Amino acid sequence: MSNYEPVIGLEVHVQLKTETKVFCGCSTKFGAEPNTQVCPVCLGFPGSLPVLNRKALEYSIKVGLALNCTVQGYTKFDRKHYYYPDLPKNYQISQYDLPISKDGFLDIEAGGKIKRVGITRAHLEEDAGKLIHNDGSSSVDFNRTGQPLLEIVSEPQIYSPEEAYEYLNSLKSIIRYLGVSDCDMEKGTLRCDANISVRETGTTGLGTKSEIKNLNSFKAVRDALGYEIERHIETLNAGEKIVQETRLWDEKNEQTISMRSKEEAKDYRYFPEPDLPPFIISKEKIEEIKKTLPELPKEKSVRFMNEYGLSEYDARILVADKQTADYAEIRLKGWPEMNRKPVANWLIGPLASTASALKIAVHEVKISPKDFLDLIDLTENKQVISNLSAKIVLEEMAKTGKSAMAVIQEKNLAQISDESSLEKEIDAAIQENPKVISDVKAGKTNSIMFLVGQVMKKTKGKANPKLVQDILKRRLSDAQ
Amino acid sequence: MELFKLTASALLDKLSRKETTPEEIFKDLSQRIADTDNKVKAYVRLDQTKDRRPETIDYSLPSIVSKPLAGIPVSIKDNICTEGLNTECCSKILSGFNPPYDATVIKKLKESGAVIFPAKTNMDEFAFGSSTENSQFGPTHNPWDLDRVPGGSSGGSAAAIGADEAILALGSDTGGSIRQPAAFCGVVGLKPTYGRVSRFGLIAFASSLDQIGPLTKDVRDSALLMNVISGHDPMDSTSVDIPVPDYTKSLVNDIKGIKIGIPKEYFVEGMNPEVKTIVEEAINKLRSLGAGHKPVSLAHTDYAVPVYYILATAEASSNLARFDGVQYGLRAKTSKLIDMYKKTRGEGFGQEAKRRILLGTFALSHGYYDAYYLRALKVRTLIKQDFDRIFKDFDCIVTPTSPTPAFKIGEKSDDPLSMYLSDIYTISANLAGIPAISITCGYTKAGLPVGLQILAKPFAEETIFRVAHTYERNTEWHKVKPKL
Repeated sequence: MSNYEPVIGLEVHVQLKTETKVFCGCSTKFGAEPNTQVCPVCLGFPGSLPVLNRKALEYSIKVGLALNCTVQGYTKFDRKHYYYPDLPKNYQISQYDLPISKDGFLDIEAGGKIKRVGITRAHLEEDAGKLIHNDGSSSVDFNRTGQPLLEIVSEPQIYSPEEAYEYLNSLKSIIRYLGVSDCDMEKGTLRCDANISVRETGTTGLGTKSEIKNLNSFKAVRDALGYEIERHIETLNAGEKIVQETRLWDEKNEQTISMRSKEEAKDYRYFPEPDLPPFIISKEKIEEIKKTLPELPKEKSVRFMNEYGLSEYDARILVADKQTADYAEIRLKGWPEMNRKPVANWLIGPLASTASALKIAVHEVKISPKDFLDLIDLTENKQVISNLSAKIVLEEMAKTGKSAMAVIQEKNLAQISDESSLEKEIDAAIQENPKVISDVKAGKTNSIMFLVGQVMKKTKGKANPKLVQDILKRRLSDAQ
Repeated sequence: MELFKLTASALLDKLSRKETTPEEIFKDLSQRIADTDNKVKAYVRLDQTKDRRPETIDYSLPSIVSKPLAGIPVSIKDNICTEGLNTECCSKILSGFNPPYDATVIKKLKESGAVIFPAKTNMDEFAFGSSTENSQFGPTHNPWDLDRVPGGSSGGSAAAIGADEAILALGSDTGGSIRQPAAFCGVVGLKPTYGRVSRFGLIAFASSLDQIGPLTKDVRDSALLMNVISGHDPMDSTSVDIPVPDYTKSLVNDIKGIKIGIPKEYFVEGMNPEVKTIVEEAINKLRSLGAGHKPVSLAHTDYAVPVYYILATAEASSNLARFDGVQYGLRAKTSKLIDMYKKTRGEGFGQEAKRRILLGTFALSHGYYDAYYLRALKVRTLIKQDFDRIFKDFDCIVTPTSPTPAFKIGEKSDDPLSMYLSDIYTISANLAGIPAISITCGYTKAGLPVGLQILAKPFAEETIFRVAHTYERNTEWHKVKPKL
């Protein structure tokens, strides 16, 4: 038995967020009644001609630049032929040998290290429609026909399902930063096909590949790849050969199933689209677009580390989503102290939990920067409330929009930091737990934390735990 | 009143002098069609026009008079989309196709006050042919000899003009489909520069070669029609944004100093001797009118036909892929998708369409693309360069339009190769994207018209009009009418 390693390449289709379709003026709005956003051009009616949406070209160039690609000064469209009822012309306007962008890369974090994955190309094409199958008949919804798609093809330089997962997350993050697509797999604005083969560890060739389709989430990509790797290795170990084929991921049964083999592979008969002359993209134009690129996640995380003293880990989490990053930055900036670690912790921890409890995104949590920082100050510095209470306060603030102090007073959650006010609860805790007392006295000093917990419970979390611990320590040593 | 015999410019004069009305012209023309089209068969689906009358046009309104073609009927080839009026490319597969939009040229014509004649003109199915025999509605007959073809593929438009069954007509030209039928029918046919006229709404045959153009009774009408249909169209990315001159200003009776090139490759053994003599006389006439001429060489002429039949069929195979029975036109009744495709296309396309789809599909197939399509593209560039070189020193090139006059119906229909060679002189202009006109320059002993082709560099339609108009002013050929 040999050791095998997987080699993975991903083809990602991203639907660009233009107002109108790529070759006509129809709206791209999601969720309209079937066939209400169509015209002779996207329906491929005879005599109609495509006209390129310049915004789609600009968006494509943005993605190319963000993925460190060479944006080609001369690009053209080609026709890709195949028959299917959701493709009105029975050819798709795509790009064959002169894609808008090529030869780029994407750096991803894998196993604690930065890994560079090559981007072969990114080309613009039109989307197809959707088939709707009813009982005994099928109809076509052409609303999606002609929506702009950017196909981003990676080099076969991804070596584990985990890396594929990271690649997709990074790609999504960058494209969302650019504001050119939502990259929402559920809505189909990001779609992914995966090519996978395995080879003996230490060799450099490529094994026979299979292509996996019907991947509906990043998790599905990871799971399907995991399954395929196993299947390839088992097949090879059994002395059999891998068949080059397209396979579908069956999410329910967590397996891939064969869809078509290479013998049925199609000849797309690409040739230059005669209805669209080639496009010249000047260096000036490319430079102009480059200037409009926003700060991208990688640069932003470096800046967050430098400017706000964040750890790489914290910075990376905070910048993954642009709106979260913007939300975080206002709050990091507003913190008056040099050490902004508490703010980062509060953003990544309690605030993120609150957002997910409320089923909203972090940036949608309606707590003003001042209120948020006040709460951190009241908890971390002034110790007016305990960490436990602070989480309750945070959630209430998010729900009501009230200030931290208002919620604390309303809920009477101010931390008890006055010794005399705690005496009664501490006495009770000591009296109720003679066994623990004797443990502590016998040297099990950690057991003191159990008693702290008891006091916290009795004070409904309002006691200052540090103070309680100090008092307990003192009392128990006095008693000795 | 025989208004149908007149040119558009003559009718516009009459209209402005209130000697006639648009209604009268329309009625007169309709009567002419009713009288003679059973012989010529220039129109298809004439029965559908029964109840159609143009809107009443009040010619006394200044807003109407200022429109360049107000009240003039224009007959349209069956591959140019007309809103609400069937457009079927004379193919079974587009039976009943009624486009929900006008082609840009139709929009422009309507804006110019022209009346779109409510029956379309006959053509070879999808413009595949040089004789108008490949129409599902049967052939059109040449008005000069009803046993002969009118040429093609715009044979219906050319025959309608030749038979005085139309005042103005539009055709489309991919390899000679306006000029060759113009020559056969004794009328004026212009293929404009590629990109001069919008292709939006023209049902594509070969997108990189197709152009819409006028078929008219004289050069002046050709210029009038070009004034209306030319210009950049945001809906057609291949249309060029160059200002449209007033072409009628080129209609001067003067070609002194014009330099004409005569390509030696176009006058070779095998061409009809009568055509050769008539065209040589025409060239002498041009010289006598003050033009200078010299032999020139278009070295890659021999490759034009093979290059054309690779590129044009390749594009056609792609353009015709959309006719699948899903959205419009013919749909064969089957239960399986693949059978629907096969049966619809099997029943819907005629033999020549199938032949070209197969040829084109082959040329684009994996393993053959480089040897055929790509190589043909390269030779196309060489052919274009031949013209570029000549137009550095010459204003235009003069050639016969076709190697023979109109041939007999059925004579070549079983011999596609000899049919393809009928376009040998016209194809190069499409490959090079340059403008070219065919005007009548004489008649054979049997009384068949012979066409003279004048080519110029891109966007030099003005030169073509100047030379053609001068020739026309100094000859009588265009005034001869067929007896019907």
